[in-house]
Amino acid sequence: MSQQKQNAVLELRNVTKTYRVKQGLFGKARPLTAVNDVSLSLPRGEVLGLVGESGCGKSTLAKILLGLEMPSSGQVLVDGQEIGAQDRLSLARRIQPIFQDPYSSLNPRKSIFDIVSLPLRVHGVGQQADWDREVRKILDIVGLPARVMNTYPSQMSGGQRQRVAIARALIMKPEIVICDEPTSALDVSVQSQILNLLGDLRREFGLTYLFISHDLAVVEHLATRVAVMYLGRIVEEADVAGLFDAARHPYTQALLKSVLTPEPGLGVPDTQLGMAYPNPIDPPSGCHFHPRCPMMTEHCRKVAPRSLPTPQGRVECHLFDPESPMTKAEVA
Amino acid sequence: MDKPLLSVRNLTIDIPVGGGTLHAVRGIDFDLNRGETLCIVGESGSGKSLTSLALMGLLGKNIRRSADRMDFDGTDLITAGPRKMRALRGGRISMIFQEPMTSLNPAYTIGDQLTEALLLHRKVGREAARARAVELLEKVGITAAESRLSQYPHQLSGGLRQRVMIAMALMCEPELIIADEPTTALDVTIQAQILRLLYDLGREMNMAMILITHDLGVVARVADKVAVMYAGELVETGSAQEVFGAPAHPYTRGLLRCIPLPGKTERGSELGTIPGIVPSLIGDVEGCAFRTRCPHALPECRAEIPRRGAGEHLFRCVHPDGAVSAEDVPA
Repeated sequence: MSQQKQNAVLELRNVTKTYRVKQGLFGKARPLTAVNDVSLSLPRGEVLGLVGESGCGKSTLAKILLGLEMPSSGQVLVDGQEIGAQDRLSLARRIQPIFQDPYSSLNPRKSIFDIVSLPLRVHGVGQQADWDREVRKILDIVGLPARVMNTYPSQMSGGQRQRVAIARALIMKPEIVICDEPTSALDVSVQSQILNLLGDLRREFGLTYLFISHDLAVVEHLATRVAVMYLGRIVEEADVAGLFDAARHPYTQALLKSVLTPEPGLGVPDTQLGMAYPNPIDPPSGCHFHPRCPMMTEHCRKVAPRSLPTPQGRVECHLFDPESPMTKAEVA
Repeated sequence: MDKPLLSVRNLTIDIPVGGGTLHAVRGIDFDLNRGETLCIVGESGSGKSLTSLALMGLLGKNIRRSADRMDFDGTDLITAGPRKMRALRGGRISMIFQEPMTSLNPAYTIGDQLTEALLLHRKVGREAARARAVELLEKVGITAAESRLSQYPHQLSGGLRQRVMIAMALMCEPELIIADEPTTALDVTIQAQILRLLYDLGREMNMAMILITHDLGVVARVADKVAVMYAGELVETGSAQEVFGAPAHPYTRGLLRCIPLPGKTERGSELGTIPGIVPSLIGDVEGCAFRTRCPHALPECRAEIPRRGAGEHLFRCVHPDGAVSAEDVPA
């Protein structure tokens, strides 16, 4: 296990991304910290599920990993090398994305062959004849017939388009695939096909996934590790069993509670999360989660919690800090 | 329980397309009593949204709608003219649409949009209408409701906008709410809150609700009655307990196998799938539309499909038991 830890194919060290956001036409620009001091390591062959509500910074993190955004501070290492020091082409060979919406992520004016073979052409791999062979091969792998090569995205269903997006991502044989909500635009019967495909491809090619999703049932099914993000911070990280069977952070517990399983008679759960997600420009003081936390105490309002190791990972919450002045009596 | 609030028989929707006629909805029947929630569940293209638009009389001009009966509390919706429909819409029947981002008018304030229906349908003054708007915004859990009235939609987050949409639908205390994927665009945490809200308000005001969704989890948790729609037909209907506890139609069981169940499905295992694709509904559709994807299809599936089942739990299949006995994996 520790061997694997050293073999982290992807590592984030204290990554922070701050945007300057203007409020209103004449408002002063204020900093918005989309990703706040995030450290993660992704061992080869694992699937890290990243969950959190919209606006928590999941997609910003994905953009940083793809080299589409530079972190304001901190380091991103791919195979131990800093991302900024690598040229974009070689980075693109290693990391590829699959996006949420296959209706907008494929160029409608290009044929499927053009779309899938583009990475080969950009990287100058082989000749026309090789491209043809490679595209056929990868289409077969993702379960599309070779005849779709000459069709256009508009002629395909959502599930087929997502298969095209996966084919495009895999044709350069990347090591890491960043899946940003890859199935949330799809019907359930198609979603299960795509999830099975992603699982098969991972086993077959030893791929490493960062799997971003707000569907916790899907994350539980596919991921090996899970990180929970709230207002730009990783508030809990654990292996999949540790997170789903023994969630620690109150936010993780609320997220798990809000999963609606198809079991009639259970009613709609009360997440006790209260009001909406806070404005990231004005994050709450102390622990960012305190205004929505059912376990909140005075201490949480003032002091930000530190990252604490747990048997399965780590958590950021005063409840688990032996040195926190918060006593169990106060919580109860 | 006397007469149902809404009774629909043999609702059919045909859309003329280039190559013929698209039979988008093919003869569906259902009844809805006051205070009940009916969930129509199905995948994209199954005709669930068209069904709701047909009830509201909001189909495009080129779309043909026919039915043997479409009765809302004594009003015949088939023959009702535009005037009569306008009086019902927003008043006694209201609708919540899927996209809170696009279904609010960006050029008007929240207050204007909330009070519009009330001023139109009820004899109330501006002041009273605004007071009602504030009351409902508070009810749907929006803080600082008074100040929200002068805000514009772009100043609100997605979750807040969806709450505004719900408040708007409730302004005239409708007897029936039709909600088309009301929580699909929202986070799971907000989704749970919005559904709870709709559920509680429905009970409180004794509203009937038709909830259209593709999310089986949502259906199981809020439905009294479930209607599973496939290719324009209701393939299975019944109470939530019946449909989820003992799914009879092969399609219903297939859908349930597609979703990972926390605590039940083994992590990382192969999920169930429904092979094939939804058939084209252009031209005549014979027999069972699901037969091309069904593991239990027989030659008889091309013929007229009998309706089976008992009481409220009905399904359409040539197999007397929906071929449950032929599957050893429980759904």
